[in-house]
Amino acid sequence: MIDAEGVVKRFGPRTILRGIDIRVETGETLVIIGGSGCGKSTFLKCVIGLHHPDSGKIVVDGVNVADLKTEREIADYRRKFGYLFQEGALFDSMTVWENITFGLRYLTDIPTGKYRKIASDCLALVGLKDVEDFKPSELSGGMKKRVALARAIAAQPSYILYDEPTTGLDPIMTDVIADLILDLQKQLKVTAIAVTHDMKAAYKVASRIAMFHEGKVLQVAHPEIIKISENPYVRQFVDGKSEGPIKMKLKEFEAEGASNHVAKKS
Amino acid sequence: MSGAIHAFGKLILEGAEETGQFSFLVRSTFGWMTSYRIEWRQTLIQMVRVGVESLPVTAMTAFFTGMVLALQTGASSKHFFNEPLFVGTVVAFSLVMELAPVMTAIVVAGRAGAAIAAELGTMKVTEQIDALYTLGTDPIRYLVIPRFIAFMLVLPLLTVASDFTGIFGGYLVAHAKYQIPATVYWHDITNNMEIRHFVHGFLKTFVFAAVVSLVSCFKGVTTRGGAEGVGKATTAAVVISMVLILVLDYFATAVLNAFGIT
Repeated sequence: MIDAEGVVKRFGPRTILRGIDIRVETGETLVIIGGSGCGKSTFLKCVIGLHHPDSGKIVVDGVNVADLKTEREIADYRRKFGYLFQEGALFDSMTVWENITFGLRYLTDIPTGKYRKIASDCLALVGLKDVEDFKPSELSGGMKKRVALARAIAAQPSYILYDEPTTGLDPIMTDVIADLILDLQKQLKVTAIAVTHDMKAAYKVASRIAMFHEGKVLQVAHPEIIKISENPYVRQFVDGKSEGPIKMKLKEFEAEGASNHVAKKS
Repeated sequence: MSGAIHAFGKLILEGAEETGQFSFLVRSTFGWMTSYRIEWRQTLIQMVRVGVESLPVTAMTAFFTGMVLALQTGASSKHFFNEPLFVGTVVAFSLVMELAPVMTAIVVAGRAGAAIAAELGTMKVTEQIDALYTLGTDPIRYLVIPRFIAFMLVLPLLTVASDFTGIFGGYLVAHAKYQIPATVYWHDITNNMEIRHFVHGFLKTFVFAAVVSLVSCFKGVTTRGGAEGVGKATTAAVVISMVLILVLDYFATAVLNAFGIT
């Protein structure tokens, strides 16, 4: 179980998270939605320890992330997590199988002789085969995402954090990735947090959906409740409308409109 | 006026922040090197990149430096004394104590230092460095320490190679242009130089190795922004490394002189 209480995160003068209170129950998939810059990815990075909250706490299985001090404690903590980065973040200099098994050296005691077999098994789980010796640059966007997913599950984590798992993919590949997340959920029984803008994927994979806005949680509810939410912010976001209380979007469109106007004139 | 004060204050704050971050990287590098297992495979890969692949260009630089030193010394000597005297001595002294360590370090900073900053910068902006954290290792341990050790082991060796190729280049010019026999050229060197002169130049290479590797790694892992950020980090890594090599050369020389290694 992941329990976040009053998490605040600042970068210089900008406050990104303004007191996040959220609980992720064991076995569920919580999908975080919200506009760009609302703090979704920052929260995910606070959970895994890439960012340290300025105040508040994040407790995972009874362990407060802020209390992790020694190398061993941090390694034990990270062993629980798989993390899928937005752009995959595969290591360019390594082959696919080296990427997938990279973490095993540091997170597990598995002998290196078994790495290749583990890589193939993980690739099979995400629907790929015979790409073990390819370099990431030789793969398509969808394949990179799947390899990154295979890397995230290689050390058999209890939690998987997905940062924009479907961004930049075509609609069919988006659905394939959403199905994969569901399959992994069933097969590996993991607890997951997924950050996404894609409402179709969100409805498909979520046990619950949390809406973030300006560093705060607006609503956490079952997808069916979110679909009929009366919260005007949530309503505007899930309907994908430019008009509504989320003004930042509207201003961006206005600015874009103005620049187009200038471009036409010139 | 207030805008200028604001900009000045911002500059000071950014400078202080960067100095703090750099100090943290240096402390972590030395701390982790003594506490944890070293990534020898990565270190070996870096030794090949920094050392073997830089050897042709550093050797050629030293070769022509030795040649031009011999040419200038011979010409000056002929002008003042009517014959080329102590060409070997001047070439060897200049190369071994100053030119070979400094020029080798500058060439390696431009070649390997830039490559390190660009590689780590790209890894940073594509979240590969964050991925290292999530996969249970620390970027300092996996990326910085192997590069630091590789530089510390390889730059002194490259400098020794530069010493020899430079002296050889000087000999070719001394022989071809001024008809100085090999025995005279070599005698000029061995008769006037001692091992401490070699040690003087050799010890300085460790300072340069530390500076180039740490500055390049620091600029790489603190890259911000996309492709533009990588470009800026690479340029900054090379420029700062080169300036620091020249500045620290003076202080290292002063310290070595104070200890009698001169």
